[in-house]
Amino acid sequence: MTEVLAPTAADGAEVRALEVQDLELVYKVRGVDRPVLRGVSFSIERGRSYGLVGESGCGKSTAALGIVRYLPRNGRVTAGSISVAGRGVLALGGRGLRDYHARTVSMVYQNPGAALNPGLRVGPQVAEAFTVLGVAGKEAEERAREALARVQIADPSSVMGRYPHQLSGGMQQRVVIAMALAKDPALLILDEPTTGLDATVEAEVLDLVANLQAEIETAVLFISHNLGVISKMCDHVGVLYAGRLVEEGPVETVLQDPRHPYTVGLLRCIPRGGVRKDHGRLDTIPGFLPSLGATIPGCVFADRCALADDHCRGEEPDLETVGPEHNARCFHHTRAQELPREERADLTLPAIDRSATPVLEFDDLGKVFQQHGSDIHALVGVSAAIWPGETLGLVGESGSGKTTLARTLLGIIGPSSGGVELDGRTLPPRFQKRTKNDLRALQIVYQNPDSALNRRHSVRRILTRSMQKLTGVGGSEANARVSALADRVRVTERTLTQKPVQLSGGLKQRVAIARAFAGEPKLVVCDEPTSALDVSVQAAILNLLVELQAEQGVSYIFISHDLGVVRYISDRIAVLYLGRLQELGPADVVFDGPHHPYTEALLSAVPTIDGGGRDRIKLEGDIPSAAEPPSGCVFHTRCPRFLGEICKTEEPPLVEVEPNHSMRCHIPIEELRRLQARKADVHA
Amino acid sequence: MTSLAAPEPTPIQESAKSEASAARSERLRLLLRMPTVIVGTVVIAFWIFCALFPGIVCPYDPIFDNQLPVNEPPSLDFPFGTDTNGRDVFSRVLAGSRSVLLIAPAATLIATVLGTILGLMTGFFRGIFDDVTSRVIDAILSLPVIVTAILIVTAVGSSSRWVVALTIGLIMTAPISRTVRASVLAEAELDYVQAARLRGERSPYIMFREILPNVLAPVVVEFTVRLGYAIFYVATLTFIGFGVQPPSPDWAAQINQYYTFIDPYWWMTLFPALAIASLVVSANLVADGVREVYER
Repeated sequence: MTEVLAPTAADGAEVRALEVQDLELVYKVRGVDRPVLRGVSFSIERGRSYGLVGESGCGKSTAALGIVRYLPRNGRVTAGSISVAGRGVLALGGRGLRDYHARTVSMVYQNPGAALNPGLRVGPQVAEAFTVLGVAGKEAEERAREALARVQIADPSSVMGRYPHQLSGGMQQRVVIAMALAKDPALLILDEPTTGLDATVEAEVLDLVANLQAEIETAVLFISHNLGVISKMCDHVGVLYAGRLVEEGPVETVLQDPRHPYTVGLLRCIPRGGVRKDHGRLDTIPGFLPSLGATIPGCVFADRCALADDHCRGEEPDLETVGPEHNARCFHHTRAQELPREERADLTLPAIDRSATPVLEFDDLGKVFQQHGSDIHALVGVSAAIWPGETLGLVGESGSGKTTLARTLLGIIGPSSGGVELDGRTLPPRFQKRTKNDLRALQIVYQNPDSALNRRHSVRRILTRSMQKLTGVGGSEANARVSALADRVRVTERTLTQKPVQLSGGLKQRVAIARAFAGEPKLVVCDEPTSALDVSVQAAILNLLVELQAEQGVSYIFISHDLGVVRYISDRIAVLYLGRLQELGPADVVFDGPHHPYTEALLSAVPTIDGGGRDRIKLEGDIPSAAEPPSGCVFHTRCPRFLGEICKTEEPPLVEVEPNHSMRCHIPIEELRRLQARKADVHA
Repeated sequence: MTSLAAPEPTPIQESAKSEASAARSERLRLLLRMPTVIVGTVVIAFWIFCALFPGIVCPYDPIFDNQLPVNEPPSLDFPFGTDTNGRDVFSRVLAGSRSVLLIAPAATLIATVLGTILGLMTGFFRGIFDDVTSRVIDAILSLPVIVTAILIVTAVGSSSRWVVALTIGLIMTAPISRTVRASVLAEAELDYVQAARLRGERSPYIMFREILPNVLAPVVVEFTVRLGYAIFYVATLTFIGFGVQPPSPDWAAQINQYYTFIDPYWWMTLFPALAIASLVVSANLVADGVREVYER
């Protein structure tokens, strides 16, 4: 066997849980080695947590896979070393590698549904994690029960008897974490563990991991694209860009005093601190990530950096110490925060005239689905109006009815009760019966542009066809209009000839937006249009949507689980829970309070970069089944401000508690104001 | 130790412009790198050439009786021997690919076109139409192909090669439509289909212009896979006596004519049988390659 490469702690100093030294990793694509990680070094002490951030394609997950030795077949470490708990990982083979996987390292992936075996009950599955360690039959089962209790599963015995698909996403992720911790690993890797979860569930899982980490001596490597999550979870953070660690240091230092222009840019892209679309545009990071395996003579970020000079382009900067434990790979780290902003004038957004006819109005909209013979009330008595030039934000956990509402408005599904009016005219319930002008007026931008664009059609064909069908113009007139449209969404002539696979995610979303705007719509439903995108691209897409609104006075219904984004773009916000409208009001009022207890819980669940000891209001348990909604106020089972019997028996009406601000709660507004005042102080 | 690393191909220039056609030529390049595909293609090309130019390849006339001594075993003069009618078996084998190379691709083409249309419609419309059609397809799939084909051809009353082609084509429509339907079901869930509806497109446009281009890969794979089956079915039916008849030099017809004399005149049956096998195996070799390239 080969000699273990890692230095062991001969001098008695404590062995680091993870030590990555000058790691170089390549993927072989079409016969050519393309570097993915370039000389990455970092380490984690026992019991500490380290966050890796960066946009997609920068090498975060590859680093994790390299550490657990799960690289795809075309991946290979070409230089450097990895040691976990003092043991060299790269030289391990056969039995050693199996032992390493069984006892030393654990990994939790993004999708817990895929990490669990759908054909095995949870009990035996968790017990297996102990059997591997040599614990026998009955005892393994007992240990599994303890493990589940440790991840705060209230009733382990009943959960053990269930199959993974019978558990909610948050519960599944707890089970996965329980299995990962079974071996008391020296290193626990969490790869975007909460990305697919709702904010409330995410908060619970993060709390759980933080508590567990305090109890045990495990080192945690936390991978996320979400700086808020990293800031909440980690002691140290490393920022990856194009396979290079460009900055690292203690979390607060890096986030409050970033010294690399990329970190500065990333932080500026995120809508926060109450920035709204009418003042202050979002910053973006111009340009694109260098393509996989490109040879870059100088700084990897030079192409996109406004501070870059010839020195940066010609020579790669070293990782320099810029503060205590704080390193940045930039020649200009002292000036990083002076990174010039793109000068953009504030837009003049259309004034909203609420005395005019709303562009879209729906009244008492209800939708009942039949499933296995029982009725599922997906929407119950939802009413709202949207005026020209206005953005209505729709928020709520998954299963709250956001998408059902959007699909009902578009006529993709017919409502069971109530109706939709466009410009004061009642629309036929299904889109098949709607006129060309109705279709043209209401369009949608989907979450996933890969699914929304036909991959066999060129961009020009996609746009031209929509133009022809929606406006009825053809020939050279349509061509000219498509070019003008492309210009408006910043899509170049060259892109028009390409097919979607050749475009980046942001560009694809621009095309999807252009398609929705082909017929100059009155209202566009945006169904999580930026949640599949990186933050810098998200900022550019949000800017585009706001520009289009300013130019054309279009209205939006904006669905998103990212409350910062919703706040940025929305004029008014509607909060849905179990298909019922809980709160509806101007964005700043809904966000700043006094707000509905559910809104309050949603808001407090969001991890922020600005940190602060905000008291989190915990939501207990999962969202109840829409087939058997709770009696009285549907939110009473999880309500942090539960009053008493009245909440259980009587559903509160939606009342206008202040001008333009409606809420469905038994607690009087003044009382809410008083209760929520303390938190508002912290917030301000 | 000496490095055994194979020479690296030069990096491919990333030219975004021609990437769509690059994907096509990339597939072709991958196909032509597989030895099995090359062997299959060469054999099929050889039989096509023979079918087109029998006059060039055949040393003797493959049809006229009594030109040569009868029942000669293979020798230097007659590598595959001669048959009981005094014809050169080698010439007859070379000339015998013509009808199967017409009927089998025709049958496969019929099946692919019909199967694709049916698969698109059942997968797109769903509902009662899909339920009924799918049960009928299940029923067809549960029947033995050859027996069904014999029944149809007998019922039609004529057994010209086009009746055989149509019969096999209809039977093979069932498995193809099922494969296409599965792809269409997945495709119809995608948002671009809904987006097309929301701009007022009609169903035929969505099926044929939006969805069809995206399910062409399984269609191409099905075509090549079914071609092998079709050759086999055509040969079987011809052997039983449907389709082409003696004195045509068709392989299966030859086997039909001479298999009762296999002892001692084995060469009259063996060489046409090997010819059929070579074509079926080659078609399958190509199909395997196509499947690997298209379904990865």
